[in-house]
Amino acid sequence: MSGHAGLFAIVGARVIDPANGIDGERTVLVRDGRIAGVESPGALPSFDGVRGERIERIDARGLWLLPGFVDLHAHLREPGEEHKETIATGAKAAVAGGYTTIVAIANTRPPIDNAALVRFVKKKGEEADLARVLPAATITLGQKGEGLTELVDLAEAGAVCFTDDGRPVANAGVMRRALEYSRLVGRPIVAHEEDLGLAGGSMHEGEVSVRLGLRGVPGAAEEVMIRRDLVLAELTGAHLHVMHVSTAGSVRAIREAKSRGVKVTAEATPHHLTLTDEAVKGYDTNAKMMPPLRPEADRRAIVEALQDGTLDAIATDHAPHATVDKELEFDKAASGIVGLETAFALTLRAVQRGELKLTRAIELLTSGPARAFQLDAGTLTVGAPADLTLIDPEARWKFDAKKSSSKSHNSPFDGWEFSGRVVRTFVGGRVRFEL
Amino acid sequence: MTALAERHLLGLEGLSREAIEHLLDTALTMREVLRRSVKKVPTLRGKAVVNLFFESSTRTRMSFEVAAKVLSADTYSISQTGSSVTKGETLVDTAKNLDAMHPDVIVIRHASSGAAALVSRHTRAAVVNAGDGQHEHPTQGLLDALTLRERWGALDGKRVTIVGDVLHSRVARSDAFGLTALGARVTFCGPPTLLPPELASLGVTLATSLRRAVEGADAVMMLRVQNERMDGQFLPSSREYSRTFGLGLEQLEWLKPDALILHPGPVNRGVELSPEVADGPRSVILPQVENGVAVRMAVLYLVAAGHAEEHG
Repeated sequence: MSGHAGLFAIVGARVIDPANGIDGERTVLVRDGRIAGVESPGALPSFDGVRGERIERIDARGLWLLPGFVDLHAHLREPGEEHKETIATGAKAAVAGGYTTIVAIANTRPPIDNAALVRFVKKKGEEADLARVLPAATITLGQKGEGLTELVDLAEAGAVCFTDDGRPVANAGVMRRALEYSRLVGRPIVAHEEDLGLAGGSMHEGEVSVRLGLRGVPGAAEEVMIRRDLVLAELTGAHLHVMHVSTAGSVRAIREAKSRGVKVTAEATPHHLTLTDEAVKGYDTNAKMMPPLRPEADRRAIVEALQDGTLDAIATDHAPHATVDKELEFDKAASGIVGLETAFALTLRAVQRGELKLTRAIELLTSGPARAFQLDAGTLTVGAPADLTLIDPEARWKFDAKKSSSKSHNSPFDGWEFSGRVVRTFVGGRVRFEL
Repeated sequence: MTALAERHLLGLEGLSREAIEHLLDTALTMREVLRRSVKKVPTLRGKAVVNLFFESSTRTRMSFEVAAKVLSADTYSISQTGSSVTKGETLVDTAKNLDAMHPDVIVIRHASSGAAALVSRHTRAAVVNAGDGQHEHPTQGLLDALTLRERWGALDGKRVTIVGDVLHSRVARSDAFGLTALGARVTFCGPPTLLPPELASLGVTLATSLRRAVEGADAVMMLRVQNERMDGQFLPSSREYSRTFGLGLEQLEWLKPDALILHPGPVNRGVELSPEVADGPRSVILPQVENGVAVRMAVLYLVAAGHAEEHG
């Protein structure tokens, strides 16, 4: 597979490229790591005039060929918590899940709040040479919610967005200045929306939490903060990106803001698309995450918002934790689950259940997130990087968390059976994963 | 013989009326043993019962110990101080290490909801939940049911009102499951900050007026409100709580003349219950304690019997 880095064509596959409105059999020509042509079946010559070489053919009959997936939200834990994940193992899990571009969220130890750290993340990603790793940087120094980081310097070093992640900027004045200042660099301010005064529980506050005797977090904790930040985005004209939207109320707020032209984009996770707070029964700590799993009505609102465009992307919130952080009493366990290797299967499952349309689902994994962050990714447009994912839509498989490429195995989907599987991932025209 | 569909007793949620009645019937037999001058039967001879108490407790802990000893089990007690927990050992490690010593029953009290379920996944012993966080306290629910059943004959159609910090109360949850399974109608009463509307999904009625909640009740269970809730987070003050939700002689007038007063202990005298009411003729607080031992004997007997069947 590695011999054809320079020049090859993938033939026979059903090509789905939502950004270009393509869904049908095509031949995709790759030259020097970029898309060189997307042709009707049979239209491709066997000899490439540009390079003066014979074109190697990869037979992909029965498979789907998609743009490589783009994840706006992955925690790679390096630097600081390398026992949970490293940039290399995270990038390996990414390509195993069909992802070719991932944004490494900045809440590491130390947090990514200066240009040297941004360059460190970038360099580690390049050394791993798997998925493309794009660094996020923090909004405030040390994620403390006080002084702004040097956004210009960080952006020049390669930061694609700014976020204080799970320590949301509590002071509305600081958030306002961050949004205003971010217009200098044209990169989004990315917000984990949680009012800490309303938070503090370990699952959704509702019928299941009162039954289990667990302290709950109401949907209002998210909605109050989203509404504040939408108001500030409107005030400043800056681009706000909302992480992991989880409630119907949040969806309503974003829909309303978008309809009035507020510059906001938003994502939801595969787990909020799939599970509800019922999954917490039995105190499975792999069902503990922030924002928490919500009731069915919220799940349905997320599905609808993904389909109708209120939400722009499916993002994993890949959050590796070691057994010692998870095999604990529920209230003491860490929040979050790994997601890179199950995201596609869960998204496709929503298609199979009739909840999402296939092309929209693919868009949510590819051009949707790429557009949200203005990344050169997520399409098969001629000239774009040859980041490609091949899917066997018929393959039946069972997810075994222990065998995943990630260093951590904290997944509520361990043992789930899926149909449709990533079989090969190309980054820049080179095979970086093969089943 | 086994009364429990599952090997463990983690909660009363989902237990059938038959299973609960059987536990209570067994407890009555056990109480008869407890009242003898020679309080010893060989029922659990050769069985090892570990009491794993991570939270302070007088009544429940002592009660489980007495219960095990009357049944001739060997008992071992571990508390948080003086155990490896203070050295940072996780609950799962503690469970696995105890399991290696072949206990038959592990009784656990822990501050985290779900702790008993977690231990049950890492041991072959039968696990009895002696109170896990704000989740359940099943033996308390059983002893309350036993206390009421013997006063009334049956709980069907009886109205039981539980007053106080029901949000954070494992007793309230176990009572709600246990008493409603036996046919009682349960009302939760407290200030709105401690009474989220979702609690109604447990099959209980919610009320914020003490007077309305206790009028017509056949029994009133007063819960203790922890001091940490009364520092302005959930309640403005202990004083205001007491005058709004406390039960004194004046409020007693609202109750039916034959209504019973229960309390799971320990009582905050003068806060939720005035001393006159706590020690008054309608109070069944001390019979609750005696029944507590009887119920725990029954539970230990039944889970150990189930355990023997499985491993025999």
